[in-house]
Amino acid sequence: MNRPAPEHLKKTARGEPVTLLEAISEGLFEEMVQDDRVFLMGEDIGVYGGAFKVTRGFLDYFGDLRVIDTPIAEGGFTGAAAGAAHMGLRPVVEMQFMDFISPAYDVLTNYIATSLYRGAGPMPIVVRGPVGGGNRGGPFHSQNVEMAFFHTPGLKIVYPSTAYDAKGLMKAAIRDDNPVIFEEHKVLYRAPALREVLPEEDYVVPLGEARIVREGSDLTLVTYGAMVHKSVEAAVQLEEQDGVGVEIIDLRTLLPLDEDAIVESMKRTGRVLIVHEDTRTGGIAGEIAIRLNERAFEWLDAPILRVTAIDSPVPYAGSLEDYFLPQVEDIVTAGRYLAAY
Amino acid sequence: MGSAALSLLPMSDSPIAGLDRTQLLVLYHSLVVTRAAEERLEVLHKQGHVTGEVYSSLGQEAGAVGAAFALDRRTDGTGDFLAPTVRAAGALFLFGGELVDFFRQYMARATGPTGGKEASVHWVDFQKGIVGPVSPLGTMLEVMAGITLSFKVRGEPRVGIVFYGDAASSTGAWHEGLNFSAVQRCPLILMVEANQWMFSTATTMNTRVQSFTDKAAGYGIGSESVDGTDIVAVYEAVSRAAKRARAGEGTQMVELSYYRRLDYVQHDPQESVDPDELAMWEGRDPISLFERRVLEEGWAEEPELEEIRGRAEEDCRLAAEQAVSEPVPYGPEAVEGIYTDTVTPHPWTRTDEPDKRATSELKT
Repeated sequence: MNRPAPEHLKKTARGEPVTLLEAISEGLFEEMVQDDRVFLMGEDIGVYGGAFKVTRGFLDYFGDLRVIDTPIAEGGFTGAAAGAAHMGLRPVVEMQFMDFISPAYDVLTNYIATSLYRGAGPMPIVVRGPVGGGNRGGPFHSQNVEMAFFHTPGLKIVYPSTAYDAKGLMKAAIRDDNPVIFEEHKVLYRAPALREVLPEEDYVVPLGEARIVREGSDLTLVTYGAMVHKSVEAAVQLEEQDGVGVEIIDLRTLLPLDEDAIVESMKRTGRVLIVHEDTRTGGIAGEIAIRLNERAFEWLDAPILRVTAIDSPVPYAGSLEDYFLPQVEDIVTAGRYLAAY
Repeated sequence: MGSAALSLLPMSDSPIAGLDRTQLLVLYHSLVVTRAAEERLEVLHKQGHVTGEVYSSLGQEAGAVGAAFALDRRTDGTGDFLAPTVRAAGALFLFGGELVDFFRQYMARATGPTGGKEASVHWVDFQKGIVGPVSPLGTMLEVMAGITLSFKVRGEPRVGIVFYGDAASSTGAWHEGLNFSAVQRCPLILMVEANQWMFSTATTMNTRVQSFTDKAAGYGIGSESVDGTDIVAVYEAVSRAAKRARAGEGTQMVELSYYRRLDYVQHDPQESVDPDELAMWEGRDPISLFERRVLEEGWAEEPELEEIRGRAEEDCRLAAEQAVSEPVPYGPEAVEGIYTDTVTPHPWTRTDEPDKRATSELKT
């Protein structure tokens, strides 16, 4: 297909900065151009361009056999993606909001995640969609879904925090032969501070590799998604006000977890704080803590602590949601406590 | 019956339903091989060779065989696609599923298509057009919608056929998969195994509709109900459905009306079954019915049928014997094949596991 891309998808080509949302759109678009096995399914993704307009212009460009508006049936179209993947296609399905992935839980965990193990072949499927709170979306438009799937062997889970990573991880996810759940934080979608100029050439960010966001020698802070940015704010405060050097690790991929990156950092700092926007019980902090306990107990100088959302549905009112979500001050408080321990 | 005089009459090229004599005997063979395989399986189960449960299609063989015979079965990856159930083993065999693999699967052999990681008819062979089911059967509607969507997208004149017990039609997955398939006009044929039971519960506790074809109207798809004990009628109904699906008329439903004569798993006592009802259905055994018809119409004579039955039983005996002699998988293989590119560690407490392949213990 040699037709020119729609103008709004050529920002990187023009050397202009893009938002995290635009980075995802570009990643999807480029993969669809260079691999005609890649196609999209989801609710309102075609004519409307998606609830957040991630796929705006795709229907006109690729046609309705590659950009399929589906019934409201997340299980149905995710299951259909599995069938298409069996036949050599590489589906990318959009959950309009990731909160609505639950009807697809059955097919994702029972069918898709087990396919390779059952001898039924690889499942090159990406299930992507918006997650996260802070938008006053209430209980059904704000959830983080990673831990509903973290326990399922066979799945990968990706959760980018920057435009560069979002594009590179999306491309890697589409090229991956394993099923990938790809979480996109709504607050990051159009955040002006996240605009950046991306490399014009093709690049991927490999799945399963964490990134050190900033270095520090006193405390390792493990986080991902929107909390990366709150953690950076907190780290600046801790450094300026307390002289505490915080090393921040952005997991980027939650499954498989880059355990080595965390262990190496904690061996340098001896102190670990885990920050996630997801709720507390059964959050990824618990898994990270036990792995560090298993692998590097002797290096710990303080208990591993966590800052997370409250174990609660996501509330609607701003005052409630702000209280529910981890805030910069929470991270500063925890960091201060750990540094002094 | 099947007198010598009749067989001397000139044989029509097409005795019935466009099927010639050879094809009718293939149907017969497929029926008896299915029954022989399941009977052999029951013996293996009693001998302790089978890892899990065994499931029987007793009384339902004609539905599976007649349907599969109506499709374009190939072994080069270009034919129609089948998603069977445990009660459609006959369809699996017609699509090229090997008897020995059937036994290997039930006995969890390392040599089987899933290497002992999955059971029964739950295996795939995309070259042959076989996609084995998962236990939540409604899911297979969704998956087959996607497989047949790919036929549509690529402009291939192929169809898919998905079997499911009538109970699966109460699931959300069934609805979502069917609705998706209907809307996308996927060339998919639904085979409702209306065998009057879901596990231990009667179908009247599962649905208010009298016929599952009533549900088809809700999705705007074509449907018909057929006597599932009449193999020729099934063949004709599915031929019609396949023709419509292949012609671009979208998703079709065929209801197989018959009866599950053994319990959900074969050895359960059928305490909730009315003996008179069971006796009535035993009188409508699909193999006996077809046999009688073949002989009455003079399509074949008893010695020929006997030869076919003998061959089927011998093939099953040999396949079972081979599978029994083969090893079960080596335990530590449990960590393999979870991801294409990610290694799953062995439990640290088991790192001294001796590196030798375990073989099954045979009981006599």
